[in-house]
Amino acid sequence: MATAVALIPLFYLLLRTGQAGLTAWWERIATARVAELATTSVLLALVVALACLAIGVGSAYLVTRTNVPGRRFFAVMMALPLAVPSYVAAFTWVSVADLWSDSARFEGFVAAAVVLTLYTYPYVYLPVAAALSGADRGQEEVARSLGYNAWGTLWRVTLPQVRPAIAGGGLLATLYVLADFGAVSILRVDTFTRAVFTAFSAGFDRIGALSLSTLLLLITLVILGAESWTRRRGARYVSSGARSASAPADLGWGRLAGLAAMSLVLLAALGVPALSMLRWVDEGVSQADSLADIAAAAGGSLAVSAAGTALTLALALPVGILVARYPGKLSRALEGAAYLAHSLPGIVVGLSLVFFGVTVALPLYQTTALLALAYATLFLPLAVAAVAGAAAQAPPSLDEVAQSLGYSRSAVFRKVTLPLTLPGIGAGAALVFLTCMKELPATLLLRPTGLDTLATELWQATGVQRYAEAAPLAFLLVILAALPTWLLARRSGISAGPKLAKQPTKIKVVETQ
Amino acid sequence: MTDVQIANVGKSFGDVAALQDINLDMATGDFMAVLGPSGCGKTTLLRCIAGFERIDRGRISLGHRVVTLPGVHMPAHRRQVAIVPQDGALFPHLTVAANVAFGLKGGGRKHRGRVDECLELVGLAGMGARMPHELSGGQQQRVAVARALAPHPPLVLLDEPFSALDASLRAELRDDIKQALTSDGATTLLVTHDQSEALSMADSVAVMADGRIRQVGTPTEIYRHPVDPWVGRFVGEAMVLPVQEKLANERALTAVGPIWLRSGTPVNGRQEVLIRPEQVQIARANQGAPPDAKSAKVESVAYHGHDALITLSVDGQPAQARVLDRPSEPLVPGEAVRIWVDGGCAAFSTTT
Repeated sequence: MATAVALIPLFYLLLRTGQAGLTAWWERIATARVAELATTSVLLALVVALACLAIGVGSAYLVTRTNVPGRRFFAVMMALPLAVPSYVAAFTWVSVADLWSDSARFEGFVAAAVVLTLYTYPYVYLPVAAALSGADRGQEEVARSLGYNAWGTLWRVTLPQVRPAIAGGGLLATLYVLADFGAVSILRVDTFTRAVFTAFSAGFDRIGALSLSTLLLLITLVILGAESWTRRRGARYVSSGARSASAPADLGWGRLAGLAAMSLVLLAALGVPALSMLRWVDEGVSQADSLADIAAAAGGSLAVSAAGTALTLALALPVGILVARYPGKLSRALEGAAYLAHSLPGIVVGLSLVFFGVTVALPLYQTTALLALAYATLFLPLAVAAVAGAAAQAPPSLDEVAQSLGYSRSAVFRKVTLPLTLPGIGAGAALVFLTCMKELPATLLLRPTGLDTLATELWQATGVQRYAEAAPLAFLLVILAALPTWLLARRSGISAGPKLAKQPTKIKVVETQ
Repeated sequence: MTDVQIANVGKSFGDVAALQDINLDMATGDFMAVLGPSGCGKTTLLRCIAGFERIDRGRISLGHRVVTLPGVHMPAHRRQVAIVPQDGALFPHLTVAANVAFGLKGGGRKHRGRVDECLELVGLAGMGARMPHELSGGQQQRVAVARALAPHPPLVLLDEPFSALDASLRAELRDDIKQALTSDGATTLLVTHDQSEALSMADSVAVMADGRIRQVGTPTEIYRHPVDPWVGRFVGEAMVLPVQEKLANERALTAVGPIWLRSGTPVNGRQEVLIRPEQVQIARANQGAPPDAKSAKVESVAYHGHDALITLSVDGQPAQARVLDRPSEPLVPGEAVRIWVDGGCAAFSTTT
């Protein structure tokens, strides 16, 4: 049920396309303009994904397996660019470039590729680094004892071991770029998402927007299919071997090169936003009425995000508990469906809900409720993962012990399940809330008239080059987004590597947090 | 007084019969082990007794209360059957003392004495304030036992409680837990696949295979008088040899020489006998041996420290002997020896 509600937009989109007829749809999309859009979108996604793989895998290997100086520090820092929403990143790069040149605006394909790479590579880095620090080092030691050097071991044993994480991260990055709306529209690259928005908001060409959305959806589905295929093939690599700390590979002088490369990435990814904010925030805050505007936007963000979080969690609770407690075909299918929705571009979800609102549920159109439904569609997987993770803190064996000691099911839930799962569910709620705060495309399309959020204000201010006005908003958004990123980097346990190895591995210790 | 009665219990998962016609009786204070290979249904049996699974046939009663019949099911929390799971399953958000007090109605403060008593029984006196994650695996298991004992349950179920621990830790923990359970007067059912665990801890052992109970008896009975060769092999190392010729005075001739048959063995048809390696005696050529001892050659020696398992060949047939480590010169492969079998052997009719 919960999943079905989340998938309303998807069904609706396909239904509408079906109604119009496949041939009509084909005629609409089989044009030179669409071919151009497709080429740009796919090419951008490919270029960025490849660059992300290079940076993500390279830095993950450096921080988990080598003696690069300051690897603990980099382990956390390399994840941080994730905290900068793509449209905020695009805004900071545009505003910084503006300091040097008044005439030529920082925009176009290359600009978009650079910006998207710098803020998307953590999608590869995080899973690969987590897989590397969790991978069975016994296998590597066996390879070394059989005569492979460090380089040979890396290629023959280590990378194949974490290949599912690499493939998964790469596809995630691809999906992210395809779905991105904020950065490409600020940097003025004509991709599907930007074209959909332009067709809808400027030309009121609803059918055109709809056709493009459907095509984007199909491309997304193909990539998702590839993702689940690699995940299934990769299942055999999953090993739960005992973690044993092994000596990190000595890179010699190469470690300085590694240090320089990672520093460069961080300098570009974090330095530019910092510079932009240093330059503009002060000026922005000192403008008349700016504080009142910011407060209004923050209030709007809080209101819609709270509604979105409530709906998302309400839908996620049954799915998450089902997934954690009864692993089986049905629960996996439900989980899969929820993830499908997550990969949908926000602009597509927003657009299909606009149609849904206009034609089916008119009273809901331009209300917070419909926007909350869009958030639920987009962020259900986040919440499901949090709920499932929290439910795993209270495994069935604890329930059974409590029952055997004379507690009824409801008492067990109160005394055991709830205290163990509440922190996890709370963290999940916070994560969904912050993610709603920074969502841009669906909010742009669906927000009630007159309501501004931090994200929409920033987008509008950047569009008309009022950088000073946008900077404080960008600052707030980065702070908000940094919180869940920090949580994510901490949870993945990359930075804690050697410490974990000392824990007894024979007995599974169920930790409270 | 019969405390636990399991009568004709059957249970299927789809087409797979997990339990068939299970009958077990335990008296108050008994310590019984259900021993069987993995997948034999022993854990299912335990879950049926605890109330986590329903049964298809038969009846289970605890004390004088019938707790389950097909279609009638007393929920787990009303059965007062305490379980100690394989991984301990301590509540991670509660202290050791609060874990132990969990089953005591009214909370830990009221039952301070009982909590301390139980912790002392399992050798963890004074550790009540610790959190579970601060304990070693063996200590966690001790707390799990104390938690199960605390409310004086009529029955305690142990589900392979030592299998996740190091071998060196296991022996000591086994003794302590057995001590704690018996001194508290608990009725205990242990489920395990480890024959030495079952034989050393339990007063009686039920050997289970393919969802059926093969044999119930004291550890000695099970080891010395297995009902069939499978049980004999499962509870310890054994040679099963055909009887070549029946001799007078309950004796029979086998490949390793003449042996004594245990009384009550079948008299008709072809027979097999089960000989334990420790029954096979070895003497060097120059040492004394009975006149009817057989000549044999040492093939290999597996030395275990306190004893050694010797593989022999007797007229080209393999045989095994277990000898204690003695100060004399150890046997070496290739040596010629004389062997004979000491003590009675269980015999089985091969026609069945």
